[in-house]
Amino acid sequence: MIWLTWRQLRTGAVTVAAALAALAAVLALTGPGLAHDYSAAIAACTEPGGACSAVARFFDHNQMAWLAVTAVVLVVPALIGAFWGAPLVSRELEAGTHRLVWSQSVTRTRWLAVKLGVTGLLAMSAAGLCSLAVTWWAGSLDRSGNMARIEPLSFAARGIVPAAYALFAVALGATAGLLIRRPLPAMAVTLVLFAAAQIAMPILVRPHLLTPARSTVAMTEAEVTNFTFGPDHVLRVGASAAPRGAWLLSSHAVDPSGKRVNPITITAASGPCAAPGRPAPAAEGPPAATGPEGDPLVTGCLAELQRLGYRVESTYHPASRFWALQWFEAGTYTAAALGLAGVCFWRIRRVPS
Amino acid sequence: MTAVVRTEGLGKRYGRVWALSDCTLDIPAGRVVGLVGPNGAGKTTLLNLAVGMLTPTSGTIEVLGGRPGASPAQLAKVGYVAQSAPSYAGLSVEDHLQLGARLNPGWDDTLARGRIRRLGLDLSHRAGKLSGGQRAQLALTLGVAKRPELLILDEPVASLDPLARREFLQDLMEAVAEQGLSVVLSSHLVSDLERVCDYLIVLVASQVQVAGDIEDLMSTHHRLTGPRRDPARLPGDQRVISASHTDRQSTFLVRTDAPILDPSWNVGHVGLEDLVLAYMGHTTADPPAGPTERPKLEVQR
Repeated sequence: MIWLTWRQLRTGAVTVAAALAALAAVLALTGPGLAHDYSAAIAACTEPGGACSAVARFFDHNQMAWLAVTAVVLVVPALIGAFWGAPLVSRELEAGTHRLVWSQSVTRTRWLAVKLGVTGLLAMSAAGLCSLAVTWWAGSLDRSGNMARIEPLSFAARGIVPAAYALFAVALGATAGLLIRRPLPAMAVTLVLFAAAQIAMPILVRPHLLTPARSTVAMTEAEVTNFTFGPDHVLRVGASAAPRGAWLLSSHAVDPSGKRVNPITITAASGPCAAPGRPAPAAEGPPAATGPEGDPLVTGCLAELQRLGYRVESTYHPASRFWALQWFEAGTYTAAALGLAGVCFWRIRRVPS
Repeated sequence: MTAVVRTEGLGKRYGRVWALSDCTLDIPAGRVVGLVGPNGAGKTTLLNLAVGMLTPTSGTIEVLGGRPGASPAQLAKVGYVAQSAPSYAGLSVEDHLQLGARLNPGWDDTLARGRIRRLGLDLSHRAGKLSGGQRAQLALTLGVAKRPELLILDEPVASLDPLARREFLQDLMEAVAEQGLSVVLSSHLVSDLERVCDYLIVLVASQVQVAGDIEDLMSTHHRLTGPRRDPARLPGDQRVISASHTDRQSTFLVRTDAPILDPSWNVGHVGLEDLVLAYMGHTTADPPAGPTERPKLEVQR
């Protein structure tokens, strides 16, 4: 049975292996140079603090390549699900070959178990190797800080989760194929559902896999990212109290009692937050916006806000949780894949021929 | 004699349509059974139930004493060549033999390779490139080389030209003679079955119309030709299968175990094809319900 599964999957597996080898070759050739450039950028970094223009330039310079390899890892599980998972059973049902293979001395449950198992393992290996190669290659870019690897885009394309995605995609494809019974519609449905799962996961599920960290800090210029005067004496403050490299989930201003306030109601007609030489914004007028940095008005206004006890509260997952989240997410997808496999086993006994 | 297939009130429903209903059969071992009926009569459904591709909606089916498809051992005992002889288009003939060898513990590789050689099939040929007849032969090879006790073939010759048909059936009969198999094969053409079968099941509109040994069927069915008469006036032990009348003459096809005693009848032999056609025209298995039981004609001494 393993032989038959391998025989049927051989062409696809060889194609994927060749593509992976090509990708690995490109990454292996360019990886050391990238790491060297990063060290050079760090060495050239003379500015104190977190911001460093040389490192930022390094990232900007390689941004397209970074996006491309990340996209490859994001796309591989989807393709595996569509091209290996969806036709796994549906192609047999369409061609009628299930009647040939189910009348050999192998029960259809075992047939399905071996097919799903072998395909799932190959899919995990392919996506896993791809992800590991990219994780290694993109290490310096991920560390350069423009896009933390725990943030959704890179999180899904690093570490072990792509292997779990691939397993899930195969199970999803097989289930769709078994229910729809035709390969092409099954492939389309697999792609759509897989994409939906990949979008829903970082929004609805991943933030809650671990209890988010919460921190409240004083409202200073370092935290405040934007600052908007609205009509009616209100002030909107965008701020983040998350440390560098963290995945920010939410952020808002809180008043001294710890209650969320956004917008902050403060008089902009007079006092430190009133614009000198500028009339207070009319209720119907467009909101006036200012940047946070260097503006004496902003500095003064922030000092006033601090005096009044306003603070910034954020929830986030710090960078140190990267691997914990990876394991939890991989576990979630593996459990979903097993659930779908269960549906397949239940369904296979009822497939009318 | 033990039964290879025994069914009891077997039925299969798809949605609201019964593809097979109230089927009770007892097929003895060592027979070549022909299953005939028009297209859509439920032949494939019955065969799929027998190999475990389908599960019954009602009733029971037992094949070689076990539940069809329940275990690898049960699957090993039953060979199946499905309708239109499916094969993996992308795999070669050699791959198909490998498939058979790896998936069947009782695989007879010498038999399989001998057959393929005899048929002149190229081992490296892809199954998708074979002709219909060659594909059917490949499927039959897979079916017999697993050394089953019962071989089930669903319309095995439907897609073949007359010459390939004859060769295929001849080949099948050789395999049967060598291995002592029981065989059930279906067809909508009686002529295909006449040469090879010794047991017949006629299935029409999802119901079994008649089932039995062909010799018995031939000796119990008669064509009666004589002066015009109402079928209700025939003796009670003569079951009327078909009746046709002209102004002065009636022709009946009747089934009876007793000899025909009425001297006014001209008694004729019924061919297998006519017999099947008569049953196909006859849509219910129940005898026509008369208001009163018809009297039997008995020999008076």
